[in-house]
Amino acid sequence: MKFRHFALGAAAAVLAGATTLTAVPVQAQDTIYVPLLTYRTGPFANSGIPIADGMHDYLRMLNERDGGIGGARIVVEECETGYDTKKGIECYESTKGKGPVVYNPYSTGITLQMIPKATADKIPVLSMAYGLSASAKGNIFPWIFNPPATYWDGASVFIRHVAEQSGGLDKLKGKKIGLIHLDAPFGKEPIALLEALGKKYGFELKLYPVAASDMQNQGSVWLNIRRDRPDWIYNQGWGAMNPTAVKEAAKNNFPMERLVGVWWAGGDDDARAGGDAAKGYKSLNFHAAGTNFPVIQDIQKHVVDKGLSKAPKEKVGENLYNRGVYNSMLIAEAVRTAQKITGKKAINSEDMRKGLEALDITPARLKEMGMDGFAAPVKLSCDDHNGHNKVYVAQWDGTKWVKGSEWMDPMKDDVMPLIDTAAADYAKSNNWPARSEACQKGS
Amino acid sequence: MFYREAGQYKTSYPSDMAVFPIAQDRIGIGLILAAAFIFIPMVASDFIMSSVMIPFLVFSLAAIGLNILTGYTGLISLGTGAFMGVGAYACYKLTTIFPGVNIIVWIIVSGFFSAFVGIIFGIPSLRIKGFYLAVATLAAQFFLQWCFVRIPWLYNYNASGAIEVGTRTLFGIPIVGPNATPEVRYYVLLCIVVALTWIASNIVHGRIGRSWMAVRDMDIAAELMGIKLLDTKLLAFAVSSFYAGVAGACMMFLWYGGGEASDAFNINQSFNILFMVIIGGLGSLIGSFFGAAFISMLPTVLKFGLPAIGIPLSGATAEHLIHIMVGGLIIFFLIVEPHGLARLWQIGKQKLRMWPFPY
Amino acid sequence: MHSLYMVLIDPFVQMVSAPDLFLQTIWEGLVAGVLYALIALGFVLIFKASGVFNFAQGMMVVFAGLTLIAFQDLGVPAPLALILAVGVMYLMAVTIERTVLRPLVNQPDIILFMATFGITYILIGVGEMIFGGEPKDVNTKAFMLPQGSLEIPAFGGFVQLQKIDIAAAIIAALMIGALAFFFQKTRIGRALRAVADSHKAALSVGISLNQIWVIVWFAAGIVALVAGIMWGARSNVSFALQVVALKALPVLILGGFTSIPGAIIGGLIIGIGEKIGEFYWGPLMGGGIESWLAYLIALGFLLFRPQGLFGEKIIERI
Repeated sequence: MKFRHFALGAAAAVLAGATTLTAVPVQAQDTIYVPLLTYRTGPFANSGIPIADGMHDYLRMLNERDGGIGGARIVVEECETGYDTKKGIECYESTKGKGPVVYNPYSTGITLQMIPKATADKIPVLSMAYGLSASAKGNIFPWIFNPPATYWDGASVFIRHVAEQSGGLDKLKGKKIGLIHLDAPFGKEPIALLEALGKKYGFELKLYPVAASDMQNQGSVWLNIRRDRPDWIYNQGWGAMNPTAVKEAAKNNFPMERLVGVWWAGGDDDARAGGDAAKGYKSLNFHAAGTNFPVIQDIQKHVVDKGLSKAPKEKVGENLYNRGVYNSMLIAEAVRTAQKITGKKAINSEDMRKGLEALDITPARLKEMGMDGFAAPVKLSCDDHNGHNKVYVAQWDGTKWVKGSEWMDPMKDDVMPLIDTAAADYAKSNNWPARSEACQKGS
Repeated sequence: MFYREAGQYKTSYPSDMAVFPIAQDRIGIGLILAAAFIFIPMVASDFIMSSVMIPFLVFSLAAIGLNILTGYTGLISLGTGAFMGVGAYACYKLTTIFPGVNIIVWIIVSGFFSAFVGIIFGIPSLRIKGFYLAVATLAAQFFLQWCFVRIPWLYNYNASGAIEVGTRTLFGIPIVGPNATPEVRYYVLLCIVVALTWIASNIVHGRIGRSWMAVRDMDIAAELMGIKLLDTKLLAFAVSSFYAGVAGACMMFLWYGGGEASDAFNINQSFNILFMVIIGGLGSLIGSFFGAAFISMLPTVLKFGLPAIGIPLSGATAEHLIHIMVGGLIIFFLIVEPHGLARLWQIGKQKLRMWPFPY
Repeated sequence: MHSLYMVLIDPFVQMVSAPDLFLQTIWEGLVAGVLYALIALGFVLIFKASGVFNFAQGMMVVFAGLTLIAFQDLGVPAPLALILAVGVMYLMAVTIERTVLRPLVNQPDIILFMATFGITYILIGVGEMIFGGEPKDVNTKAFMLPQGSLEIPAFGGFVQLQKIDIAAAIIAALMIGALAFFFQKTRIGRALRAVADSHKAALSVGISLNQIWVIVWFAAGIVALVAGIMWGARSNVSFALQVVALKALPVLILGGFTSIPGAIIGGLIIGIGEKIGEFYWGPLMGGGIESWLAYLIALGFLLFRPQGLFGEKIIERI
């Protein structure tokens, strides 16, 4: 008997689910629907949770403080992906009928899936400093945006940092530079650029792949590092791989200030795992950490203190939390720009693309938002969906991330040819349609 | 009352040996096919199509493949995910080298590549048995997955290591790629699944299937009866990997539409498919469908269905609860019927024959 | 010719020319092997007594480690936290026995295997709900686990031994010794072995199967707890750690599913083999071969001894 009840219940649930999902919800007059694809579960949850909190809290703060953006309330819906591509597509398919203005896939795998789908559905994808580097080309990927910098920009800033510390680009000759990376497409991304730069400046590149199943079992990788004795190491890691790498570096007496992570290897937990020995660990960054900015204080006042946030109080202002805030700031500014261009309150996804292409966050605007010193200005255009903006090197001082270098420009001259070829290859192998969307005037 | 074979006389051997000897069963299968071809595409939304039905069909195909190996021949394999991957990469290479040939042809042909790899990794099965063999097939899983990352030729030296699926058409209608509608992809997939299921059904009910089952029940006895163990086991590996390979190609081309393929064919995929086979019912084709439905649909239905009927679940807590519920349901069904959902189906049919006057 | 040299000769030249690194590689392999053996032990215990291939063992390692850390975070002193964590493991063993094993008694092995997958799912859900997804650090100081390293000069270079690794090896050895004593010398141990040999015969002499199952699952839980602390002290405890447990599988087939010494020797062979393979031959193939090399080594052994090095020989009759 019990079983029959259960079966009936399940059938009812399925049916009800099917009918509700088929119905397209009616958009209220002045709301903007922003689905957030986040992951608070799975093996990468440690990096995903603070980002999810930051993204959610900034948008929530805008609702609480300003009543939304330009009079339109933001409807935020989180969809859990678990960093799993299959679940990511499910989230995309289930939310795309509700009139989303932009997607943040938060996984390179999900981004790659979405690029063709979202292009066909005409919904912008904002893959902030991840995803496909080639999608920086606006004339080929009108719907994909990856500001403020690509992985190739990041790797070039790392090389610039090495050169600066060694006394000039000509001093790179004969140096050994190691790349410890997750053995997956994301991890292998910088190889092409580092190889190109190695040829140009005469340094030797050594690769240290870490399989996803061995993220917490890096013994032999670090043995190889001990044998090769590279002068510097660039860490393109994610999730549980990062704290383990920092710990292993400390164990093997590798000088911490010569281990530089990509911006995704800059979680507070990543560095904290190494204890005192992790002091000096570096990571690239494009925004500041800490709570010492009016915008973060506003979030504390309007969201965290009211108990509207899922983030524990002490985690607010951590590096990855602030990254979520930065990401949401880009969304909000693009919405604002789109509202200005179209004169509408409730913009749609096509307007959002125009807003993203005309995005111009000036120093004055940063100050106005309470983000003075928090981030560098960002300017996108119709052709350039990335901006190749300035990046700096953050350093772990034992308890928090501090600034370890000045803001540096990526080596655009070396990065751009790679991006051009990659984008052309992508267009060729996919029979990619030529851009039909007209550019805005002045962008 | 309605489901009874009384009065249906068999007048020839073929009719006696038919897969569906009872007229009602033939009507039933006709109704199911009609529902799959006509009813579902009519009522289901794009979301249901692309996130529920298409994954279900892909996994059904993979589960049939593994069921041939595990359910019919008694060899446990944990390498199904990797064999699916072989199919996907083979299909990708074939369609980029010969873009003129129709993609459906390549999806089927890619199965043969997978079958070949399956034979190679099946060789140890002659000596190794049971869970030992299961763990040995993990060698295939991890080695092949490593190849998918490490051999750039497989993904055409793509900078992101991704498979990129361009638009491919059949009679001018896009069936693969971003412009293919879920309905079209569903129909293509459904045709492949129906055709391959029909072939599988004929194989397992014929001479080959019987020799597989003899090996499963006791391989020494089967050998004494004159069944060549090596040939039979390798044939099972080949056919099973063929199905897995076609399923993998379908997964990449008809469901995912390209992307980061190496990760899609990981160890969890292999485990999931094994569990579909077990919970569906070992040695049952219909069980493969039940198992695929259970394991692939249940989390999606719980995740999107529960909020839709007003049970507020969101974000991380929902994911945790879904994990607990799926785990609990697996144990529940195993306790209720350890021989899988297929056995429940049989019991149901038996009850129906007696209805309304059971004795 | 050159490639043959690189594969067949060069690695050995490297071993001889830098003996300190060779020793270091062996040491790393040894430590990894001990830790694999610890996880494999949990599998063996359960398989021996109940014939269940416990897929949930990896998750139990994570769960046990997180429970311990959670108690410590609540301010419970370390020894008490340890006891409480052991208590939780006992509760888990009882629950699993009552709700999963007892109703599934006498089912085929593969069904029980499937059931442990259900347990894994539940543990992931419960664990993430209670403990959250962040990686947690084991408070090594509270357990008086040593930190830092010893550097032993050798062959003109040095071999670096992490104190925590030495401690791990010693604790694992003690653990294994205790388990061996428990199995060989105590009454319960004898009962366990009897159950392993034949369920029916054991039942007929009055051994309670249910009790035995609780005991083995509990013992596997304690082994998981120790493994969790050790892995956690080396890196940290997070849900990603469960994939490391898959590394115990080649150890298992190499040593045999039913043999405790097999798990240990298998662990050492796999640990040292994969580290040497990765270190000396890995770079020739682009690295990362560690992920499958262990299985290949195990497969090689298996072709000669299909039931593992120390497994019970399977005699088949018609």
